Amino acid sequence: MSENRLHIDWTACDGRGLCAELLSEILVEDEWGYPLARDGAVEPAVPRALQKNAKRAVDRCPALALRLVNS
Amino acid sequence: MTVVDVLPGVGRRLLAGSTDGRLDTHLARYARPPRLDGVQLVGLLRDAGLTGRGGAGFPTWRKVEAVLGASGVPVVVGNGSEGEPASGKDRALMAYQPHLVLDGLQIVAGAVGARQAYLYVAAASAVGVRAALGDRRGAGLDPVPVSVVVAPERFVAGEESAVVNAVAGRAAVPSDKRVRVTEAGVGGAPTLVQNVETLAHLALIARFGPHWFREAGTAEEPGTFLATVGGAVGVPGVVEAGYGVRLGDLVDAAGGPAERLQAVLVGGYHGGWVPALPELAVSRAGLAPYGASPGAGIVVALPVGVCGLVETARIAGYLAGEVAGQCGPCVNGLPRLATTLTDLAHRRGRAGLGREVDAVREVERLSLLVSGRGACRHPDGSVRMIRSAMRTFDADVAAHLAGRCVAEEAR
Repeated sequence: MSENRLHIDWTACDGRGLCAELLSEILVEDEWGYPLARDGAVEPAVPRALQKNAKRAVDRCPALALRLVNS
Repeated sequence: MTVVDVLPGVGRRLLAGSTDGRLDTHLARYARPPRLDGVQLVGLLRDAGLTGRGGAGFPTWRKVEAVLGASGVPVVVGNGSEGEPASGKDRALMAYQPHLVLDGLQIVAGAVGARQAYLYVAAASAVGVRAALGDRRGAGLDPVPVSVVVAPERFVAGEESAVVNAVAGRAAVPSDKRVRVTEAGVGGAPTLVQNVETLAHLALIARFGPHWFREAGTAEEPGTFLATVGGAVGVPGVVEAGYGVRLGDLVDAAGGPAERLQAVLVGGYHGGWVPALPELAVSRAGLAPYGASPGAGIVVALPVGVCGLVETARIAGYLAGEVAGQCGPCVNGLPRLATTLTDLAHRRGRAGLGREVDAVREVERLSLLVSGRGACRHPDGSVRMIRSAMRTFDADVAAHLAGRCVAEEAR
């Protein structure tokens, strides 16, 4: 099973907004700048085509708050 | 907080017999706790159907089994921190029956092979618990050493991962849930956190068996629970009853309604408002249609002359003040929810919101926005309480939007 869901560690996230820019297909910023899944999911699914972008977002999160996890 | 006598038909187990908290009276009634191995304990708990009494109601046997299956020497923690302001049952239990709790802690610790156990309690319980542990040491009752850790008086300090952090010497705030504490908790060891009331029930199940346990409660939700009954009742306090007890009987056990009641908050500040129907069964099944559950057994009675929206706004404000400060959506969202509810409660229009965006829609929007977006269930629990208020007090919501108040007119 590939790691195909996005997990946000809310205790680490401080709303820098990089993930919403790099993964705009999946995430938007809420009114306070924190990532919000477009589909409303707590751990939004990452389609195969977006896996590379998702990995990049995980790697670039300055708070190390983002992870790809198994569903 | 007093422990009041219960009516016939409302079971009494944890609060049966002497409640002086002494070891000699405890041993005279119950004798020394039995020793069980892990397989025996899991079987007993599964047959009994014991669920956690701290609020979430998770099957106890599953957590024990998870810890048994994890690698490493487990740690066991009894949780009596009771950060919920409307609850007094854990402190009452620690004062009146500390040895049932400590028996339960030893039985579990022995069964899972723990070498260290902790009791995490409110400051009010610490002196009594240390004295009880001293008496037990003299009697050679505690093969697994027990350390007492005092919980800070914060709402979220009793959340499972916050308990683990506090016991490990860190701030008592929740952690991200990528790894379960039953896998890696205190010092990386598999950790079993159980509410103190759960441990007391377990101590009785180990002695009297699962069939005895199932004589109270319902087939689906067996056993008794401690309820903290407060608000507009004659004698606020802690009572014990089987799951499925009529709401009216529970209120009567606490002296009956002090005034005519309009609603009841069940399950505490993360619980749900339900109409004050005496026939309502206090069980998961009975409360599910209202989006509520017995939770940690809290029942707060609201009289007809007090506005449910004002009370809800007050609680929402309290909950917003109790955020751990870690998770952005909760830190920002709960105060916004509280402000919106306060405006609605005081029938104020809100600056910045167009007339077409009424408070009801704003509450719903913010509720959806914060749900599921935190390390713990504080936002979700707060939203559950708030949304139940919008349903149960719907007539008052409409009245407030029209500049009136139903409760005010009922006075």
